[in-house]
Amino acid sequence: MKNLSWQKYLIAFLITAGIFVTAFLISNKLNQAKLETLQATRDKIAIDILSTETQFALLAETSCHEIATPVLSRELSSLGRRLTYAENNLGADDKEVLRLKKYYSLLLIKDFLLGQKIAEKCDNKEPISILYFYSNAGDCPACQKEGYVLDSLRSEHEKLRIYAFDTNLNLSAINTLKSVYDLNNEVPALVINGESYYDFQSREKIRSLLPKLETETASGTATSTATSTIATSSSKDAE
Amino acid sequence: MIFSEIIFYSILFIALYIQVFFLLTFFEHREILKRPKKQTRPKRYPSTTIIIPCWNEENTLSRTVLSLLALDYPKSKLRVFIVNDGSTDETLKVAKGFEMNPQVSVFTKENGGKHTALNLGIENTDTELVGCLDADSYVAENALLEVVKTFENEGVDSVIPAIRISHPKSIIQLVQKAEYNTGVFLRKAFSLLSAIQITPGPFSIFKRSVFLELGPYHRAHNTEDMELALRLQSHGYKIGNAHRAFAYTEGPRTFPALFHQRVRWIYGYIMNVFDYRHMLFNRKYGNVGMIVLPAAFFGMITTAYFISLIALGLFHVVSDKILQIQAVGFGDSFGMPSFDWFTVSTSLGTLLILFAISATLIIVFTGKKMAENKWRPSLDILLFVLLYGYMAFTWIFKGVYNAALARGKETWR
Repeated sequence: MKNLSWQKYLIAFLITAGIFVTAFLISNKLNQAKLETLQATRDKIAIDILSTETQFALLAETSCHEIATPVLSRELSSLGRRLTYAENNLGADDKEVLRLKKYYSLLLIKDFLLGQKIAEKCDNKEPISILYFYSNAGDCPACQKEGYVLDSLRSEHEKLRIYAFDTNLNLSAINTLKSVYDLNNEVPALVINGESYYDFQSREKIRSLLPKLETETASGTATSTATSTIATSSSKDAE
Repeated sequence: MIFSEIIFYSILFIALYIQVFFLLTFFEHREILKRPKKQTRPKRYPSTTIIIPCWNEENTLSRTVLSLLALDYPKSKLRVFIVNDGSTDETLKVAKGFEMNPQVSVFTKENGGKHTALNLGIENTDTELVGCLDADSYVAENALLEVVKTFENEGVDSVIPAIRISHPKSIIQLVQKAEYNTGVFLRKAFSLLSAIQITPGPFSIFKRSVFLELGPYHRAHNTEDMELALRLQSHGYKIGNAHRAFAYTEGPRTFPALFHQRVRWIYGYIMNVFDYRHMLFNRKYGNVGMIVLPAAFFGMITTAYFISLIALGLFHVVSDKILQIQAVGFGDSFGMPSFDWFTVSTSLGTLLILFAISATLIIVFTGKKMAENKWRPSLDILLFVLLYGYMAFTWIFKGVYNAALARGKETWR
């Protein structure tokens, strides 16, 4: 019988296990740092929106040109993209990701409502916006394509605001928003100029519904998270 | 989803384990990397016969013979047998051109396969050592000295050299260059484990007593070099590696030629290991049965698995891109993406794959240091890292398919 150095087999096993544990710890640490970045961004945006709401309340009697354009910051757009990435890589069921996504959706709604209020007061400040309801749970084949269209329009028209809501979040505010526009559960669903549209809408169709896009330049958009590719498991309310 | 993750991490664990094991073995003896300042000489010079089996090798035979005649070794102790195995070109004529040299003997026979040519040479010699050299290969001047020193120092029954690719020109040959340099490392690691599993055609040398005791070469699915090594290991014979004895071989120039060669090797390997399956995971046969033979099969599984994952990923990327083009047209689908550090993957799988790639690169660079005495990155390493996995994927599948159906066509090459 040939001699086997069992010690070496064991040492190699321990080293390999050590590599696995090290990689696990590093991965956890880095993922945690990413989530903290998302949380910090969320908090910053929340403060920005609260600040604008307060400004609006304080300047209720003031003329429109003194009201700053509501914030739909680049951070909000970046937050949406990063949330999509986190959802795909940390898991749609990750509790922290779900919480962040819900908070992000609420921030989008607040920003939308703020924009509507300012538009009511100041006729010339009505934003060009689209409400977009989607699902990335694998039950909406047209959603991914619609996401590409909206991303493309957003990059062409800076001031076009796209408010994208995942219908699987089971967030009451999203359900209420849907009921305000009398939407059923079909996805994708777009709300443009108060009218609802179901199924895939091409770029050309959307442009025809928003003639102002061609005449106005825009600034800042809310990112659509509907460009996430392969559907993960349904986002369930983890709370 | 969980089942696929278990498979993924299990394969990664085993792959890393094997890499760690070989690296650990090698670096226990890292003094190997140091080149001795002075060339030492063996205490004695055993009589040696090198057999060159030939079949249609008119273009390369001369170089092979001349490299043997130029070996730094007493002429009286070295014989060269050229065995023409029914060549249909001018090989015999080229061989006969060397007959005037007292060291050279030329034999000719009807075509019967490489193993029959080798066996004819073995039958006709009485030297202490017998070796072989493929007719498309050649050796460095000090190769036989290094081999003989290994016989002396390690008390082995057979010695294999370090094989390098000769003058690579095409991309395919450059990939093989890095592959063979990696092989220099692996062969050394295997020899330190007493677990060499192939005695390759280019310049493997044996004590003649091995053939007297174990018998001649067998056809062995036209991979007689693999079968003989397994036969030696299964009977408790020792195979050493002279890592400073360099033999150079011509690698196939094109992918179809390389594919054909490797399918034969994979098929032969699987069939030979099947014949010697009693050695697998059998402690009686030491490290060759416990890790080296299983590692080769596991390497095939790993390659097939990860290349399949990459292919699946590419499929999804392509189908998403097609969807995007359908949605927004070609022009808007290929903008410059902006980099966000956030999207750099930090998953456990990614980090482990990075570890595995790092371990592979350590092996590749250490092999290069042993073969070329250089550490710096080179084009062949880059091409090897980028292309080898995909290339190996193709011949692994075909070789396994042939073995499964046991209908590999067994030809010279």
